[in-house]
Amino acid sequence: MTQIQDSKVRELAVVANKLRQHVIEMTAAAGSGHQGGPLGLAEIFAALYFHELKHDPRNPDWPERDRLLLSNGHACPILYAAMAEAGYFPVEELLTLRKLGSRLQGHPERTWLPGLESTSGPLGAGLAQAIGIAYAHRLDGKNSRTWCVTSDGEHDEGLHWEAVLAAGKYGLENLTCIVDRNGIQIDGRTEDVMPLSPLEEKYATFNWHVIPCDGNDLRKILDAFEGAKAMKGRPTVIVAHTVPGRGVSFMEDDYRWHSQVFKPGEAEAALEELRNAKL
Amino acid sequence: MIRPEAKLSAQALAPNVPKKATRDGYGQGIVLAAERHPEIVVLSADVTESTRNLEFKKKFPERFIQVGVHEQFLAANAAGLALAGKMPFVNAYATFCPGRAWEQIRTNICINDVNVKIMGHHTGVSVGADGATHQATEDIALTRVLANMTVVVPCDAVEARKATLAVADRKGPCYVRLTREATPVFTTDETPFEIGKALTLREGHDVALVACGHLVHAALVAAEELAQEGIEAAVIDCHTVKPLDEDTVERAARECGAIVSIEEHQVIGGLGGAIAECLARHTPVPMEFIGVQDRYGESGSAAELLALCGLDKDAIKEAARKAIKRKN
Repeated sequence: MTQIQDSKVRELAVVANKLRQHVIEMTAAAGSGHQGGPLGLAEIFAALYFHELKHDPRNPDWPERDRLLLSNGHACPILYAAMAEAGYFPVEELLTLRKLGSRLQGHPERTWLPGLESTSGPLGAGLAQAIGIAYAHRLDGKNSRTWCVTSDGEHDEGLHWEAVLAAGKYGLENLTCIVDRNGIQIDGRTEDVMPLSPLEEKYATFNWHVIPCDGNDLRKILDAFEGAKAMKGRPTVIVAHTVPGRGVSFMEDDYRWHSQVFKPGEAEAALEELRNAKL
Repeated sequence: MIRPEAKLSAQALAPNVPKKATRDGYGQGIVLAAERHPEIVVLSADVTESTRNLEFKKKFPERFIQVGVHEQFLAANAAGLALAGKMPFVNAYATFCPGRAWEQIRTNICINDVNVKIMGHHTGVSVGADGATHQATEDIALTRVLANMTVVVPCDAVEARKATLAVADRKGPCYVRLTREATPVFTTDETPFEIGKALTLREGHDVALVACGHLVHAALVAAEELAQEGIEAAVIDCHTVKPLDEDTVERAARECGAIVSIEEHQVIGGLGGAIAECLARHTPVPMEFIGVQDRYGESGSAAELLALCGLDKDAIKEAARKAIKRKN
């Protein structure tokens, strides 16, 4: 386990808080979009874009970059927020989310915005593509890592399990799947809609290296990343237990905030709480 | 009269015309294409022999990827390989890819606009004994409705080889429709082939037979027999269903005044639909549709099923007479 400095963790916590504020501002301005998942993913995206990923926002097509695919494309507000803060495009553009002509499509489209690795939204297809990228990189002897963020709800999709089976066969050590295990999906709790537990065991039996972690704890996330990179001969899944709606008390752990239109005053209250958060 | 420029084989209309399946033409073409394009990889959904990929696998083992019976994964995984610079040729039976994998093709390949080549095997009722579940008769419709997609239906094994090489040279998503049954090889290495350019094989002024796939040969035979009745039929090998060669189709409609579309596919949404969409806008003329008439196939031999579904020279001749009668 590597030594991660307190100052680095504090810095990433500030970034995560800023990303959360963007998520609220963007979805409020759009009048639609998803909040629960994106808010819960703020630490993971801060850790990826501001610590882990080998990337260059000024040269998004840099061939040696690491690849990050967001399989659950509806969580794109957090992806766009992280990309804007990292310098892929102006932060002001975040407020165009879901509007006509915006590069920030309601679900991410690769051909619209430089820096997006793929088009996503229809669930369950991200890991299969990430495997394709990682497989090609291995064929070409490239050192790039491929990261794929998935939701727990999308584990209902048969295609995702086709991919889990295949990645185990190929033994892709250059591939990491991050599961946002927040326990909610549109119609309710994942364990009510279509039970997934024990998710960690399922991956283990498919020949994956499994790292469960608290997905809202930056230090644990960074440790999990190191564990994934150290693994040889097998792909790694980080089952990141997160709280949906994290950081805004009235949104936390409530499946209705998977996606909901703000009532008057709610977005302001959420932003107020985030601005005053003790980090 | 058959156009000399079409460079058809001397035996094109002979009873002993050699036969070979279009899938075999693909099997040759993919090896040649792979020699020219080091970025080509081949994916197989547990159908390596029947999709004629054994030779490729033998020659390029590291570029062959066995994905198992995972057709949705096949399509999405290919998109990922393409995103990393590879040119995947994906192989499955067409009922499963594009059939089962259609949404992955739409989202991950076509909206994403990546360089994936989909080889749709075992299409049409001529698949035979396997029955309706394995006879793809909707795949042209499924693929041509997708923006960014190119759709090619080779008429024989030689053209299938050329089509395989041509889609490798063309950037973006492509679908190539292949068949299982050995069918006449009547074009030659010298026969022109260009994606998006329909080839007129036979001149005629009474009716134009616009066909794709192995039924192009049936159309040629039908045209020769119609000539004995005094009917001169043009025959067009419309191997590219999308983008349709609108110039050639419209010229045929203007010059002949009647069209018969011919395909081993549902009459809904296939080549006939594409031609009708084109002609209705610019040059409406009487049109008849040879194809599967909104039904499924069943078990039987290829010849039995083609006759059962009205996909033979006699049905083509009848449709030609009917189209001519409807002029004026």
